[in-house]
Formats: sequence, structure tokens, C-alpha cells
Amino acid sequence: MSDVINTQRAKKQALGPYGRVGKSLDELDDRLGLARGGRTFMDKIFPDHWSFMLGEIALYSFVIIMVTGVFLTFYFIPSSALVTYHGSYLPLDGQKVTQAFSSTVNISFAVRGGLLMRQMHHWSCDIFVGAIVVHMARVFFTGAFRKPRELNWTIGLTLLILAIGNGFFGYSLPDDLVSGTGIRIAYSIMESIPFVGTYMAFFIFGGNFPGTSTIPRFFILHVLILPLVILGLLGAHLFLLVRQKHTQFPGRGRTEKNVVGSPMFPVFMAKTTGFLFIVSGITALLGAFAQVNPIWQFGPYDAARISYAVQPDWYMGFLDGALRIFPSWSFMAFGHTIPLEVTIPAVIFPGIIFNIAYLWPMLERKFTKDNEIHHLLDRPSDRPKRTAAGVTVLVMLSMLHIASSTDVIANFFHLSLNAVLWGMRILTVILPIVAYPLTYKLCKELQGVRGAGKRKTPNIVSRTAEGAYVATPTPAYGEDVGHELEATPVPAYIESEPEEPLESGVRTVDR
Amino acid sequence: MTDEHRTPVSLSGLSSNDPRLQPAARHPELVERVISVCFIVGTLCLAGFGACYWIDAQPWKLGATLGAGLLFLGIGIVAWGKYLMPRGPFVEERHTLANSDADRQAFAAAIVERGGSVVQRRKLLGGLLGGGMGIFGVVVMFPLLRSLGPLPKRTLQHTDWRSGSYVVDQSGRRVEVGDLAVGSIETVFPEGTENSDRGQAVDQTVLIRVSNEAFTTMKGRETWAPHGYVAYSKVCTHLGCPVGLYEQELQLLVCPCHQSMFNVTNGAVPQFGPAPRPLPQLPLYVDSSGFLRSQSDYHQAVGPGFWERS
Ligand code: HEM
Ligand code: FES
Repeated sequence: MSDVINTQRAKKQALGPYGRVGKSLDELDDRLGLARGGRTFMDKIFPDHWSFMLGEIALYSFVIIMVTGVFLTFYFIPSSALVTYHGSYLPLDGQKVTQAFSSTVNISFAVRGGLLMRQMHHWSCDIFVGAIVVHMARVFFTGAFRKPRELNWTIGLTLLILAIGNGFFGYSLPDDLVSGTGIRIAYSIMESIPFVGTYMAFFIFGGNFPGTSTIPRFFILHVLILPLVILGLLGAHLFLLVRQKHTQFPGRGRTEKNVVGSPMFPVFMAKTTGFLFIVSGITALLGAFAQVNPIWQFGPYDAARISYAVQPDWYMGFLDGALRIFPSWSFMAFGHTIPLEVTIPAVIFPGIIFNIAYLWPMLERKFTKDNEIHHLLDRPSDRPKRTAAGVTVLVMLSMLHIASSTDVIANFFHLSLNAVLWGMRILTVILPIVAYPLTYKLCKELQGVRGAGKRKTPNIVSRTAEGAYVATPTPAYGEDVGHELEATPVPAYIESEPEEPLESGVRTVDR
Repeated sequence: MTDEHRTPVSLSGLSSNDPRLQPAARHPELVERVISVCFIVGTLCLAGFGACYWIDAQPWKLGATLGAGLLFLGIGIVAWGKYLMPRGPFVEERHTLANSDADRQAFAAAIVERGGSVVQRRKLLGGLLGGGMGIFGVVVMFPLLRSLGPLPKRTLQHTDWRSGSYVVDQSGRRVEVGDLAVGSIETVFPEGTENSDRGQAVDQTVLIRVSNEAFTTMKGRETWAPHGYVAYSKVCTHLGCPVGLYEQELQLLVCPCHQSMFNVTNGAVPQFGPAPRPLPQLPLYVDSSGFLRSQSDYHQAVGPGFWERS
């Protein structure tokens, strides 16, 4: 008996103080040299502020997109070959439809769990793009894009464009009436580009609209090429994040030279894993209870038919709105047509917006002459010009988004379409213009209210020998200069000295 | 907890009884119980998901059990991390990313000096190689692009309507002069294309009977609308959606995509919306047997604008 115990003890000793886990880690370290880096990674500090979760939502919805998407590839057939539908959805029985359409209907009705997976895939895509946009707004308004993080801003913006693009390709795959109309519009937008437009359209779509290459090509772009690029850029995005460490809001103990928060292991790991589960859970509930893209109700695509409920996914709304309210300025010159009514709202305008966004970190460096490294975030009100510019763009995009439902608005409020159209045109121009000074003023007000991070300083009121009262403000606290203060611990209690009148008989009153 | 412990410290070298390593919750046992309940409920839901899948329950049941299960587990894990793990705050030093000047110079020297001596003295080679790579890029790009699709040629300028094409409906039936009542509308194609992709996309035409007598929509089109049959391209001149709505009272064709409206009696001139051009009108005639046929193709390219459109 005691022999057994002894050998067990000996074995334990041979394993070292950290047992089997320690031993395995040793073996790993022998081969890969992980110990030091691993330790640093376990100790990596993540700021606790909620706004740092927005990027995580994006990341996790991308995980859900990939998992549900792989499921869908098992059953989806990317082909525009015609088949006669004989599936479990009876209203379509006997109709000639493309394989893409019939396989999507099959996923929805015949594949077990298929409808849930389809709806989760669609919902997580909407959440993905939404989370990126909000995440981007937080990066913008807090100045997290400043040196040294300009490259990550660029990568992030590219991710946004790729996410929107891949959303469009995916939306087009089922070949239903609504998405087919979307492809038709995309084709026409491409055609509208001067000189090269028709060639681009012919090469991308494989010929005249509609053609049979569109769906297979979009499929491979949607499931392989763009996801790979997104994955690679995400890797770069997160690598840079770890390399440059997180930004943080100023506050007690937080400086330009440190990061304050919770360590990777175990606190952040637990919170973030839980968060992955929560995002997946919410997506599953949305997939269960909120119907999205019921293609069997729209029917198969037929270029000569149209559904009245043509609404693209939300992130395309601003483009649709811009196309609606832009005046019909087609332009003929030297025997050529320049369809400005399409090129300006659908190509030039988004081009300008995204290019300004790409260049913003550089522009800001130039105009503020601030070439310093920043790890502490701004409060939006501390940078009124930047905040106002951001709000202006957001207001304009929101107005365009609303403009994508002029017909719905007109119906709902019993207004004439013309009134709504002009109303939206005017608001889309006026509101952003008004938004800038308004936001600017609001920021200034907010600065005033909070004292721009300054603590109130006491006034010293003294009575002169003649009996007059004089108030002199004390100088600001040294640490209040700027907002990048080294926080000092507030003492637990303050020793008050007994008040004694000064020799001159003048009493000072501190307030 | 004294205030001092609100000051962040580094994780390494903390004594194990430091309050920063204590759980954040004031009553950890209570929290632990709540989390256990979350985990149990979550596990049950996920088991339910398995069961629903097994019996092939309705999709919403699958989603509800899966979603609730993941949500409960997630809430439990987050609560575990938030309330039962070291409360912190902890701090990590940030080291400057930039290296010392000596390192930077050595790096720059390695590239500039070494590279310079190799490349600058061999400008010719460099130029030749650059040219070769450039040509390679061009020849790789162009054939690749070229094989992606046919050249547009003049395919966008024409439709399949010919002089004498029979006007047929979606099922391929030839339209006769008595077929439509005044005020009705039909989508038509040149005979033989009604089932083809191109027919659907390019040749689609709306046929409207606006009156009983020959009708003139515009000067020079006196013979185009025999017996009150007017035919316009159905492809919107804005972005190509099918112009599918007919407002009979106002005599307007409406595109549902962006609400462009075209006046049927007036040569389909756009009255409202972003469409820049009228819908091209198809000249019709009625042959001796009473069938509707086209006099010719459209006189302009149909659909949205593009550079080569004249
Ligand atoms: C594919 C979509 C994206 C994912 C999955 C993603 C994920 C993340 C995550 C998890 C973080 C760290 C936590 C956080 O700061 O929220 C992060 C940081 C960052 N992201 Fe993204 N992001 C995406 C898109 C974007 C976009 C569109 C931008 C801006 C144009 C952007 C710019 C940044 C920057 C500059 C940082 C570093 C900021 C800091 O450390 O405070 N990201 N991203
Ligand atoms: S496509 Fe017809 S109005 Fe835009």
C-alpha cells in the first residue's frame, strides 16, 4: 500500500510542480519556444470599456457566417440551368426554375435545419456589416485611428467594403425575383461608367445581362475568394491590434505608456467566449423568429417580371436612395452617352466618401499638424471639428437610406411622391449642412459643462484692509493641463489644519 | 476595500491575497448559484435542440432551443468572467514600437547601401528586368480579362425585333388585333424569344391598347400604333428594371424600382423620377390576317445608358 503511494508521489515529483499540464507545456516549449510569448499573451491587458466590444461583435458574426455558410454550401447548387421544380413547397410545383433557386427552396423546406441556417446566415451578415459600421464610428469619433494605427484604419475600411460586397454577392445567389433585380441594377451601374463600363460589365458578368455565368462566378467569389481576403485582412487587423496594443480612454492610472483593464487569461477569455455564445444565441433566435428573405414568396427571377417589394439589404439602402433622388442628368456628347444620373450617385459619390475615409488619418495629421503617437482616446466632444465632420457624413448617409423608401413614405403619410422626392432632396442637402455647426456647437457646450476634463479650482476671496473683497482664482491643477494626465490616487482622507486669522487681520475664505 | 486598490497594478508579482485578485462580486456564492442555473438551463435547451433536430421539428423550434441554449451558456460564462474572476484593475506597460536610432540606421543602411551598390551600378539590367515584368503583367492581365466574356460589339444597341416579327405573349401565342380591350396591357416578345434569357431581358416590350383607333404618340410616329396598340420597351431607361406598373387613369407606366413614370400617350417621356430618356417605342403594324407585327427594331438602344450608346 505505502509502496503504491510512494511511487505515485515520485511520479508527481518527476512531473514537476505544475503536473501534466506543466509537462506538456515544457514539451511544447522544447519544440516551439512558446513559454515567454505565451506568458506575455496570457497577461495581455484588454480595456474594459463597452465600446471595445463592437469589433468583437463583428468578429463573432463573421464566425457564425462561416459556420452557417459552410452548411449552406453542402446543399446549394450554383447553376442557372433550368429544372422543373418538384419539391416540398407545393405552390411552385411544376415551375421551370434555375437550379440555384430550386436548391435554395430545398434548403428552406427539405433540408433539416436548413431554413434556420439560411436565416442565421443572412442575419449574421446584416449584424456583421452593422457591427463594423458602429465599430468604425467608435474608432473615428474617439480618434483611435491616429498614429500609429492608420494602417489598421485602412484595413478596417477595406474590410467594410469587402463585407458589403460579399453581402451583395451572397444576396444574389438564390436567383429569386428580388435579388435578380439587384443584379440587373448592379449591371446597369457598371455599364454607366464612361469608356470602360460596358467592357467591365461584359467581363464581370460574362456577357449580356443576364447570362449564365453570373451565379457560378458570384458563388466562387462569395464562398472562397472574398472570405479568404476577409480572413487574411482580419488576421492582419488583429495582429496589428496585438502588436500596437489597445487604445484606452484617459482616467485614473491610465497613461500613454500603459494599458489598464483585464488580462487575457482568464478574465477576457471568459468574457469574450461568453460573448461569442451570446452573439450566436441572438443570431439563432433571430433566425428562428424573424423571417428574412423568403425567396419562395418572391418567386424565381424573370427579367420581365418585378416584385413590388424591391428592397436591398440595409447596407445597400444608401445607394438605392441616392439613385432615387438624384436628378436625371444624362449627358450626350460627341455621340456618346454619359449617364450621370447613375454614375454620380452610384459610382462617384460612394467613391468620394470612401476615399475621404481612407485618407482621413492623413488629412487630420496634416491639418492639425499633430504627428505624435496617441494611445489615449479622445472624447468626441474634445474634437468638435472631427466629430462634426463624422456626424455630417452619417446624417447624409442616413438621409439617403431613408430616401430609399420614398414610395413607402409617400404611401404612409398620404403625400404625393413628388413632395416626398423634393423633401428628401432638400433634407439630404440641408440636414448635413446644419448638422455640422450644430454638432460643433454641441461639442463646445459639452466641453463647457464638463470643464473639459478640468477640475474646478477654488477662488480665494480676501478682504483688504479697507474692507473690499477681492476674488483671485487659484491656478489650475498641474495634472489638468491637457487631458493626458497621470492619475494620482486620491488620498483616503484630508488633514485639515486649524484656521487661524493672519497677522494682518485679513481672513481668507476657501471655496 | 481601501481606495488604494482601485489603482491598476501589473499582474506579475502580485501577492496572492491582493484584493485585485479577488472576485468582483460581493456575494460570490450567490452569483455562482445564478451561473449554475444559467448553465443548467442552457444545457437543457441545447439537449432540446438535439431532440428537435432528431424529430425534425419546425425550424422555429430548432432556432429557439439553439438560441436560448447558447444565450444562457453565454450569459453564464460572461457572468463568470465578470463577477467571479480577479477584479483588477491591472496594468500593462506599453513599450515604444520604434527601435533605437542605431537599429534604424543599420536597417536603412542594409537596404540602401547594399541595394544601391547592386542596382545603381546595373541600371541597364534593372531597366530591362522592369520592362520584362511590366510586359508580363500586361500580357497576363489582358488575355485573362479577355477570356472572361465576349466583347460588347453592338449587342447592346439592338434587340431581336425585326421587320415583320410577330408579337407574341409570354406563352408564345401571337397577338391578334382583337385580343386586348382598351386600357389593358400585356408583356410581349418577338416570336421565338419568349423563353430565352435574352428575350426576357432585352426584347421585353409592353403592349398597351390606349384606344380603338390608330394613335399618334409623337410627330413622325403616325403609323406606329395601329388600332390604338402602343408598344414600348419594358426595360427602364434608368437602371433596367422592368417597367411593370400601368396607371390607366393617368396613362402612366411606372417603374417600381425608383418610381420613374413614363407618359404612355406622349411617347413615354419621363414625367417623374430619375429615368433620363423616354422608353423607346416599337413601330407596329397589323398584317392582313390581323396579327400584330413590328415594322422594325427599336430606333434607339433600349435600357439604361452606356458610353457607346449614341
Ligand atoms: C471585418 C470586420 C471587423 C472586425 C471583425 C474587426 C475586429 C476588431 C476587433 C476585435 C478589434 C479590437 C476591439 C475593438 O477595438 O473593438 C478591432 C480594433 C480596431 N479596428 Fe476593427 N474590425 C473590423 C472592421 C474595422 C473597420 C471597418 C475599421 C475602421 C475603418 C476598423 C478599425 C479598427 C482599428 C483602428 C482598431 C484598433 C483600435 C483600438 O485598438 O482601439 N475595424 N477590430
Ligand atoms: S430602374 Fe426604373 S426607375 Fe430606376
